[in-house]
Amino acid sequence: MAQEIEALTPYARSLGITVESWEDGIPILSVPFEETVEGRPEHYHGGATGGLLETAGYAALRAELGRQSREAMLKPINITVQYLAAGKSRTSYALGRVTKLGRRSANITVEAWQDDRTRPVATAVMNVLVASPEG
Amino acid sequence: MSEKARKFDPSKATSFLTGRGHAGWLGLQYSDHGDDWVELELPWREDLLGEEGQRVLASGPILSLMDMASGMAIWRAMDDFTAIATLDLRVDYVRPAREGASVFGRSQCYRLTRSAAFVRGLAHDGDAEDPVAHIQAVFMKIAAAPRL
Repeated sequence: MAQEIEALTPYARSLGITVESWEDGIPILSVPFEETVEGRPEHYHGGATGGLLETAGYAALRAELGRQSREAMLKPINITVQYLAAGKSRTSYALGRVTKLGRRSANITVEAWQDDRTRPVATAVMNVLVASPEG
Repeated sequence: MSEKARKFDPSKATSFLTGRGHAGWLGLQYSDHGDDWVELELPWREDLLGEEGQRVLASGPILSLMDMASGMAIWRAMDDFTAIATLDLRVDYVRPAREGASVFGRSQCYRLTRSAAFVRGLAHDGDAEDPVAHIQAVFMKIAAAPRL
């Protein structure tokens, strides 16, 4: 449980994101459809979907760093989000995959879906700076 | 084009658009606008912090701020309030925002076609010459026929 809470930032918790389950050591995150994520009526705001993707990307990276017993400060470099379908008024899920973890940076791909996991509503690719805790 | 000729006035529309939902939760406010650009303000909030112990605003709210400012820049450039959806959004986070500072998101719609709208913009924490992030995005008009 402590590990689950550590994976989420104050922003993520405030938005309503929680750890839904774990898959191969990586958390699947979810966010319920509430007013905090709503854009045009009954649909997700693009920013909320992006925030879920980004949070899932960091959670996947944290899990991989933990598996390698590496401590690191993470700093965002960039993110590119592709919106594939409108996010409807139901729970959304997201799972990240660390494509490459180097000494100084990580490349992560993330998918978000609702009812059908094989039909993602959005995907993202992120680069994250992986700095040593001292600096 | 004179202000009178415009139907979509960001200074008046912002409170309606950001009074509820995700934008309302973030507390987005009107800051400034031009013929084809809109700037919104995201006030500092403790519960929007990112990584523990860094006292830095999370990147998610900046993404939302830029998405919202971009949508409004498109409505401003179209001078119409029709349904649009984000297709692709890229954010480069060039430096952390200062602790305690509002972040301003300024986006410009530089090209409109029948179906698509292209925007670029930046986020800054007081000095637009020293941005915290740069963005580029494409939106689609939802009801439009799919031709360019």
